[in-house]
Amino acid sequence: MIAETGLAALWLAASLALLQLVLALVGLKGDKPDLLAAVRPAAVAQGVLTAIAFALLITLFMRSDMSVLLVATNSHSAKPWLYKFAGTWGNHEGSMLLWVTVMGVAGAAVALFERALRRDTHMATLGGQAAISLGFYAFLLFSSNPFARISPAPADGQGLNPLLQDPGLAFHPPTLYLGYVGLSVAFSFAIGALLTRQVDAAFARAMRPWVLGAWILLTLGITAGSYWAYYELGWGGWWFWDPVENASLMPWLAATALLHSVTVLATRDALRAWTVMLAVVAFSMSMVGTFLVRSGILTSVHAFAVDPERGSFILGLLALYIGGALALFGWRIGAVREGAPFELVSRETLLVVNNLLLTVILGLVLIGTLYPLMTEAFGHKVSVGAPYFDRIAGPIALALMIAMAVGPLVRWRRDQAKAVSKRLLAPLCIALLLFGLVSVLAWGRIGILPFLGLVVAGSVGVASLAPLWKRNLRRTPLFTYGMVIAHLGCAVSLGGMASDSAFTVEKLVAARPGDTIETAGWQIRLLQIQPLAGDNWTALQADMDVSRNGAPVTIHPQSRFFASPPTTTSEAALLTRWDGQLYVVLGEEVEGGRWQLRIWWKPFVTLIWLGGIMIALGGALALLGRERRGWLMKWRARAAA
Amino acid sequence: MRKLLIWLPLVLFLGFIALFASGLFQPDDRIIHSRLVGQPLPAFNLPAAASDRPPLASSQLAAGQPRLLNIFASWCVPCAAEAPQLEALRAAGVPIDAIAIRDARADVDAFLQRNGNPYARIGLDARSEVQIALGSSGVPETFVIDGKGRIAYQHIGEIRADDVPMILDRLRSAQ
Repeated sequence: MIAETGLAALWLAASLALLQLVLALVGLKGDKPDLLAAVRPAAVAQGVLTAIAFALLITLFMRSDMSVLLVATNSHSAKPWLYKFAGTWGNHEGSMLLWVTVMGVAGAAVALFERALRRDTHMATLGGQAAISLGFYAFLLFSSNPFARISPAPADGQGLNPLLQDPGLAFHPPTLYLGYVGLSVAFSFAIGALLTRQVDAAFARAMRPWVLGAWILLTLGITAGSYWAYYELGWGGWWFWDPVENASLMPWLAATALLHSVTVLATRDALRAWTVMLAVVAFSMSMVGTFLVRSGILTSVHAFAVDPERGSFILGLLALYIGGALALFGWRIGAVREGAPFELVSRETLLVVNNLLLTVILGLVLIGTLYPLMTEAFGHKVSVGAPYFDRIAGPIALALMIAMAVGPLVRWRRDQAKAVSKRLLAPLCIALLLFGLVSVLAWGRIGILPFLGLVVAGSVGVASLAPLWKRNLRRTPLFTYGMVIAHLGCAVSLGGMASDSAFTVEKLVAARPGDTIETAGWQIRLLQIQPLAGDNWTALQADMDVSRNGAPVTIHPQSRFFASPPTTTSEAALLTRWDGQLYVVLGEEVEGGRWQLRIWWKPFVTLIWLGGIMIALGGALALLGRERRGWLMKWRARAAA
Repeated sequence: MRKLLIWLPLVLFLGFIALFASGLFQPDDRIIHSRLVGQPLPAFNLPAAASDRPPLASSQLAAGQPRLLNIFASWCVPCAAEAPQLEALRAAGVPIDAIAIRDARADVDAFLQRNGNPYARIGLDARSEVQIALGSSGVPETFVIDGKGRIAYQHIGEIRADDVPMILDRLRSAQ
């Protein structure tokens, strides 16, 4: 019954989306306010129904109802409850249901909480949101029904991919999806604004919190995903330029650009067409990412549905939505007036530079990701690896960091070059100092990119604090703090990346129990290796005493074997210290009772994720600051009346 | 100019869709095509790897008749698994030579004792030098060599039972 109710809820939600679209279209076209009055309730009801459908699927997984095909193929009754729960979205159908749920709930939120937008634009936005949702409902109902039954029901399920059996699964995909799909709101806003020709500062102010919210979640999702890959795959790397990682990075780059251009539009009423374009591109990148993952067109560790039928379906949706939005853009944007002008030396210029650099990185990542596909069309097989991306994105990212540091120190509209250079004096001195310092310490021993990364991270870190210089800190608005923290987070993260690639020490040894290994100032003593049984796995676990000329700490790297499906995963042992992480992986047994051990000492590697969290926190403060200002103004107006 | 720029994203996107569609509907090709196909074998002259088989030199592979060159090792499990298929090919009249990789004579003898010996000649490549020159990256691999000593086909991995007719076809077309 549960599965059938879920399916019914999904069909009902789809019909409501159709109703919402028709009501908005007919209501706007014929100017019928009574029809438009029904749009918002339809959006809210749609959100509630998708949430119910998703909750029912979770229930099916929690109850291990093996008569449901999806549960039987992706779950197992012996799994711990957390992975039954998170396993709901650890597969194609479930993750697509999560997608439409987030989309439905986001639509409901737009219907309930959006007050700043002009009414006709608001209605057109909700119509746009319904139109996008419809395509994904069709995809779910016609080609990926999560509630399909199987008869006869198998005795037990086939289990979940062991790589996914990690607490990270409970957090990383939903956060990322909230971010991806949150961008659909920005997309719908852009469609709505194009339809009603309202592209102005008021529109930008209304759109900004949604962009900011999606961007915060995307940042968190990527940060979490990176850390997850870092400790779960056991390769010691934190970013592999896998197509799916790129698929999450590209919307983030577009959203970051959008976040800044929407601020220009809200504050100075400039960059109108560009902002609309970015809003379209950001969600398009989310959809392209989903297509790349779900179609199996590019090989990736995340591709769980290699199915050309589904691929063609998503491709059709892409063509319809992105093509339609771009055509609407071409058709309507000519009618949008040019925005306000600005001088060459102004914050606007720096933000344009920021946008261009982000877009260039986005383009290069996109080309690198799709290049294998392009050459295959001409009969050659190539793969594009990390060296391409590092070499090509690295230098531009450094330039971007510099623009990021300078931007906040330049005034809106017009500024004096002399005054700006005066404000930049202190960070510039620090940059020179750091250049000297890093040269003396590490010249010739580290690559040019990590070298520049260290220098830029240090000086940009200081420069990002400069907007607070000589200000009354208690009267500085919350969103300025948000910006400062987010920019500082970028510098912190860059520092971690540069330090990791410059100073990491790697050691591969074969050791017997009783042996002591010395590396990077650590003494690592292999005590013993013994079998261990977990919930649904068995493991070989090493006990090691590690110390840095002090009291030893015991760590336990494992090699885990899962029975269903049969897989081995390595559980790295991580020891975090203030100045870095010790990362130990237990390998296989080699001859003579010796065991392969792979040991890394990674100085300050944790800064990468700390920076990511700071960026998201900065975003959250900015969101809170802007919203609070809105509430305060409303409250004051009401008090005055 | 502005007009062109406005429509540029749509044009780019359409190119994109075309690319995706072509990638999606292309039959999935998982076969790795060797760059050495059509090239002459590298010159080599290897010592004997087994007690009762002569050694192998590259000149002996250009003897006018297409033949197979099997890369194997006594320590390799898939090599034992493909032994029946090689035996079937030999029974069909295909001459097969072999190169044993990083092996020892006693081990090769024991391996052939256990799994049968379909080979005419076996050379010992103790340091994988010839293997690398051949563009082979693992064991087992099998090369179809035409009568003039050129590589006609490279089979990566063990020969499965359903690969045998294909290998015979390759030999015939290498004639």
